[in-house]
This record gives sequence, C-alpha cells and structure tokens, in this order.
Amino acid sequence: MPYDPGADVVEVVRAPKGGAVRGTYRAFGETLRGLKTVMGRWVEGPHTYQYPEEKTPVYPRFRGRHKLHRFEDTGLEKCVGCSLCAAACPADCIRVVAAENTPENRVSAGERYAAVYEINLSRCIFCGYCEAACPFDAITMGHDYEMSDYNRSDLIFTKEMLLAEPLERTPLRSMGE
Amino acid sequence: MTVLAKVGYYEDWWIQLLKALVIFAVVFQFVPIVLLAERKVLGRFQHRYGPNRVGPFGIFQPMADIGKLLFKQQFRPDGSIGWMFALAPAISMFTAVSVAALVPFSDTVDIFGTQVGLYGIDPSIGVLYAFAFGGIAFYGLVLGGWSSGGKYAFLGSMRAAAQLISYEIAQGLALVGVVMMAGTLSLTEIVHYQEAHLWLIIPQFVGFVIFLVAAFAETNRPPFDLPEADAELVQGYSTEYGGGRFAGFYAAEYLNIIVVSALTATFFLGGWLIPFVDPPTWVDPIVVLVKTLFLVFFFFWVRATLPRLRYDQLMALGWKVFLPLATVNALVTAILVVET
Repeated sequence: MPYDPGADVVEVVRAPKGGAVRGTYRAFGETLRGLKTVMGRWVEGPHTYQYPEEKTPVYPRFRGRHKLHRFEDTGLEKCVGCSLCAAACPADCIRVVAAENTPENRVSAGERYAAVYEINLSRCIFCGYCEAACPFDAITMGHDYEMSDYNRSDLIFTKEMLLAEPLERTPLRSMGE
Repeated sequence: MTVLAKVGYYEDWWIQLLKALVIFAVVFQFVPIVLLAERKVLGRFQHRYGPNRVGPFGIFQPMADIGKLLFKQQFRPDGSIGWMFALAPAISMFTAVSVAALVPFSDTVDIFGTQVGLYGIDPSIGVLYAFAFGGIAFYGLVLGGWSSGGKYAFLGSMRAAAQLISYEIAQGLALVGVVMMAGTLSLTEIVHYQEAHLWLIIPQFVGFVIFLVAAFAETNRPPFDLPEADAELVQGYSTEYGGGRFAGFYAAEYLNIIVVSALTATFFLGGWLIPFVDPPTWVDPIVVLVKTLFLVFFFFWVRATLPRLRYDQLMALGWKVFLPLATVNALVTAILVVET
C-alpha cells in the first residue's frame, strides 16, 4: 500500500509570491484579516487584574507568607519551640528560642513554647520545608504575597506578627479558574 | 503684481485673526485627547486597560506627561549644532499647525451678521499648500536628527528624508485623481463637488487607500515608523531630545495625525457632509471632527495590527507598488474624466 499522508500534510504559506500585483492584492487581504483579528481582541475585553484593588487569586497550595497557629478551643499556641523548622530551613531564616511553660504562664500546649520566633522574610525562599518539618502543624504557608517594605529590618517577622491574621485576605482561586 | 493664489472668500483681518486663534485652540486641544486615546485604544487592543490611574479614567494622564516633559532640563549634546537643534521641533510644530488652517469645518456661515468661513484659509491652491508644508515638515525631522550629532539620530533623519520624499510622491499622485474629478484645488470646492456627486471614496477608492497608507508614512506612524524605529535606532531623529523640545516633536506628530485625518476626511469622506440629511450649519464642524476622530482611530488600529516594515520593503512598497498604482489610478481617472 503506497504511503498516503492525507490530511497530515500542512501546506506552508510563504511570503507574497507571484509578482507585484498578486503580492499587493494578497498583502491587502492579509492586512484586512489582521485588522479583524486585532478588533476581535478588543471585543474579548481586557484580561487584566486591577492589582492594588483587585488581587490575583492564588491556588490553595500557594506558598506565601508563613502563619503560626493557635488551638481554636483553648487559644494556646500550637508551637512547642522544638526548632525542627529552623533545622529544616535551607535558607536559615528561622530563629527559635524556646522557654518552659509554667502553670502561671501557659503559652503552648506542650512542655515548652517559643519565647522568640522570628522569620527573616528577606532570606526566606518559600520552599515550605518548615511546614513539612513541623510535628504539630503549628507553622503553615499562608497565601499572602505582598511583603515589600522599605527596610530590611521590617521584614523580620516576629511571633506576634506571624500569629496575627493578615489585614487583608488574599483571594483564593475557585475551582476551574 | 503676480497673483499667487486667490482665496475663496475674503474676510476682514480681525476675523482672520480670531479664526486662527479659535482653530488653533480647538485643534490643539485634540492633541492630549488623541494622546490619551491612543494609549487607551492600544491597551484595549492588547487585552488591557491603558492608563486609568491619573484622575477618573486616567483623563489627566496627558497633562501629567506634558508637565513632566516641560519641567525637565533642557539638554543639548556636546556635538550638536545649537540653533538647528532648537529650530527643528519648532519647524515640526509650525508646519503641522499651518496645515491645520486648511481644514474646512463648514462653508461660509452667518455669525451675528458677519459672513465667516469656518476654515483657517481657503486658497485656490489648497492641495498644493498642504503638500508644500508637508515638504517643509520633513526639514524638522532631518535637521533635528542631523544637528544632534549622534549616529542613531543621523540614521533616523536620513531614513526620514528618504521615506518622506518617496511617499510624498505617491500621496500627491493619489490626490491627482481627486483634483481632476473635482476640477479644483480648493478644499471647500472639493467638498462642494462631493455634495453634488458621490463622496470621492467610492470613485477614488484606490486613491483613498494610497493616500491613507502614504499618510501613515508621512506622519511616521507604525508600520512606517522607520525614522524612529526604537528597536534599531533607539529613538531615531529624536534620540538626543528631551524635555520641552521632545514635547514639541511629540505634539507635532499627533497634530500631524489629526490634520492628515481631517484632510483625508475632506478629500474622500465628504468633509462636513452627511449622506441623505441636511443638518443645520452648527452640526458641520462636529461632523468633520467625528470623521477625523474615526480616521485617527484607524491610525491606532493599524498601529496595533502591523509590525514595522524592513527598510527595503518600505522603499519597495513606495516605489514599486504605490507609485505605479497611483500613476495608473491618475491615468484611468483622467481618461474617464475626459470621456464623460
């Protein structure tokens, strides 16, 4: 059976050929086609987000700024100051200083708690290893991505800042969006 | 005394002065509007909004741009020729505004008992006047680039010279058909001819296309913006310009777009006429402006569509396609005009 490429063959259209008249005629037609295509883009409408007012939605597993968590019922911090996140951090941007819980001053559910918990976000590479290393799900990657600031020292986030809810929630991308 | 040209209707000097001021004011107000409109329209064509931050809908954007340019330092390169460098944007502005005087917004009308022609001037050699100033306009570009003393500016100005000359020929020949059919060079008379007959876009469609495409080249608009081709020549003839002088070039470019659109509307789209209706006289200037803005919009549309031509393609298109086509168009028109 002889080889029949059939519909697989795509004819390659090259630059205008066949003399000035046919070339001009074709260029004119193609120009009109191009104009039509461009007007179609207008009809489609803008595809942009008006950024500061309208934020780009993120996917649920987007790794943004970290969050520290509390137990919802007791209000105690989940973090027990084990420093596993600091050990896992490839950028070495987490600093944890642990202290003992006492009956008068009970901060976390475990034996110890994080007296100091700092993340230097100017060094963080948002890999999410801290989240994976944490045995108590005390630290997770949030959805906030607006972290620009005027000073490097302002980018060192303390425990209070990481525990607080962000001022403005970043929108989540809905299914299929 | 030799009479160079006659004017269609003679007015007192004070009316002419007033008219000049009013037309300059009106046409010049369109520059920032067109400037903003271009950026917004281009944005829409590219799936975005364009400037919308400065003021409501971004309407103060051109003011911010112009303000920024005017407050910049007047800068001049070491190797430039001072007086030419300063003169070039002035020439560009001057010629653009001068041609704006030709655009007829209406016939002579009666304003408070005084007969006033709603145009700057209506000389019997209107078309020639337009082309004469078009010919001077390219001195602005050439001198600007040449006197800057930089190679990119120089290359840009050389390109401008070659391009403007080649396309002016095709543009002039495309208009010959119009002039032959109307039997006059006066712009108001051309509109009057279209009142009695068809709009000239129908019998002179080839001429219309050639004129419009040549107008793109004459105003250095994409796809013919070779003189300032920013990808190759930084900014072409205006590379070394900044601040107010650059604003002069910039404003002249947009003024040229407006004026060339208005002239196209006059020559081919029936000026102030609307088909099948005879509106009151005060509508006429609005009709002209609407037609002008429609053509200006077409300029933006083409800019968003076509990529810049290569230099040899530009020259081939001008000399091998448009010049013969315009010649044939003029010949056929001549035969038809004589036959009927």
